[in-house]
Amino acid sequence: MKLRVERVHITLGHRPVLRDVTLEATPGAVVGLIGPNGSGKSTVLRTIYRSLRPQRGVVRVDGDDVWSLSARSAARRTAAVLQDAGGGPTGVCVSDVVALGRTPHHGLLGRDGADDHQAVDEALDLCGIRHMAERDVTSLSGGERQRVLLARALAQQPRLLVLDELTNHLDIRARFELLDLIRSTGITTLAVLHDLDLAARLCDQLVALHAGEVVAAGAVLDVLTPGLLRDVFGVAATASRHADGVVRITYGAQPLSLDQVPQPTVG
Amino acid sequence: MTVAISIGAVTVPLDQVWGIVWHHVSGAGAPGDPVTDQIVWNFRTPRVVLAALVGAGLAISGVVLQAVVANPLADPYVLGVSSGASLGAVLVITLTTGTLGGIGVSSAAFLGAVAAVALVFVLGQKGGRLAPTRLVLSGVAVGYLFLAATSYLQLRATPTELRTVMFWMLGSVAGAKWDQLPIVTTVVLTTTVALTLFGRQLNALLVGDESATSLGIDVHRLRAVLLVLSSLVTGTVIAVAGGIGFVGLMIPHLVRLTTGADHRRLLPQAALVGAIYLVVVDLLSRTLDRPNELPLGILTALFGAPFFLWLLRRNKSLDTI
Repeated sequence: MKLRVERVHITLGHRPVLRDVTLEATPGAVVGLIGPNGSGKSTVLRTIYRSLRPQRGVVRVDGDDVWSLSARSAARRTAAVLQDAGGGPTGVCVSDVVALGRTPHHGLLGRDGADDHQAVDEALDLCGIRHMAERDVTSLSGGERQRVLLARALAQQPRLLVLDELTNHLDIRARFELLDLIRSTGITTLAVLHDLDLAARLCDQLVALHAGEVVAAGAVLDVLTPGLLRDVFGVAATASRHADGVVRITYGAQPLSLDQVPQPTVG
Repeated sequence: MTVAISIGAVTVPLDQVWGIVWHHVSGAGAPGDPVTDQIVWNFRTPRVVLAALVGAGLAISGVVLQAVVANPLADPYVLGVSSGASLGAVLVITLTTGTLGGIGVSSAAFLGAVAAVALVFVLGQKGGRLAPTRLVLSGVAVGYLFLAATSYLQLRATPTELRTVMFWMLGSVAGAKWDQLPIVTTVVLTTTVALTLFGRQLNALLVGDESATSLGIDVHRLRAVLLVLSSLVTGTVIAVAGGIGFVGLMIPHLVRLTTGADHRRLLPQAALVGAIYLVVVDLLSRTLDRPNELPLGILTALFGAPFFLWLLRRNKSLDTI
């Protein structure tokens, strides 16, 4: 499954939030979308899972404009794990939430069949949460809840995953486990990540957004240059590949003072 | 239901009730004593059937509204339906001799409910989108507006009119007649079936608008369809039975606590439990203070609230929040 976002432009009110954003994820690739707060990362995701229609530009999933597909058929291709998805009312158990992933596979009259149960069971197993299938979702820890939401997305049997800050608020081990899990699925993934070390560890490619524009895209070390870390994130830092093959970022002792960081032009 | 038909100011033995109902439904068997027949077939039976329909309608409407506006305190009246209906009813009761240009209390109440909901829809949407918070707040505001007008009319009413108004507002199925039932039955049954078909999509609404969108649901269109259906059933029910409170708030929670939150099961079960509950409450309303009748609104809360609180304390899943 290939994702291609082509020259997408979005204005909310009079403020442009995305300016000619173009990015691509080749089949099976894990692409990280990085950028400071307010740079438009979540907005890019919204155009992909069909929540926000771009004023200009096209989002293609497997070659088809997502807005030319029905909401249901688009959702059979693309699953999302978002930040609004936590909580919910009481009386909802883990397997109920995971089963919601089957929603786009049914119309009004559809009943759950064997393939639905199989998809839910596989997702529960893959995420290691089958033992808590009957637990109430309000009783879960943060890490368990994110696993449940990922299982829901996998039960959707998507060919593209979009993830918005999946690992926020999780302890370091839970982060690594979750990211390994995503890699192991082999599904094309676009993930918004705040933690640059995690992004460097997880992703094949990175796309950096700044003030609604793509300022760099490509292999991890090509994107995480000292210049970009300074201009976009406002920190003195260097990224390098260590002997074990992992890219790590070394931050300077102090954040840069504001006059050292070019400010984005607001327009 | 048979028990509910048999008991009242005059108690009719169960076998006689069956005999009379069977006689009317199938035409077979012997017609019983004319007075008993009158009581059973013309007063009690439509009343019990109406109570069941009203209970079912309020319960499903409550389930749907709680999901649609994502608020556990929502009930069928959250969008101002009851205050609109009250204004309609009070207008007819106080300003006329019971009809207004041929419009009875029921029709006026229905029109008032429609007016209130239409107003809330217009005020609660922005750019064609119905956002839950704006919708609820618009409902509350419109509710107060209509309440102000209703209160003013009540102040000017005679004591007799005021009593009629009070009784109407607290709800009753005492005025049930056979000729009302076809419309109410059709509306309650079709909306129950239609809303149950939306069960899967209602489930998806529980995870938030953005996530529901990513599951392939047109959230704004779904919300509009569900609100129209639930308002239709609430408006119909309130027009024939007045403002019966508590059922639409409590029954959904009660059923959810016992059977879980899957709307495909929750909706039909809530309809059933709501129907049974209101039949029982109606039975109590006409037996506790025989031969006088108590309004249903008093009893639904009087018996429902303590039971609900007990259930709430017993439920462990609520401990975590």
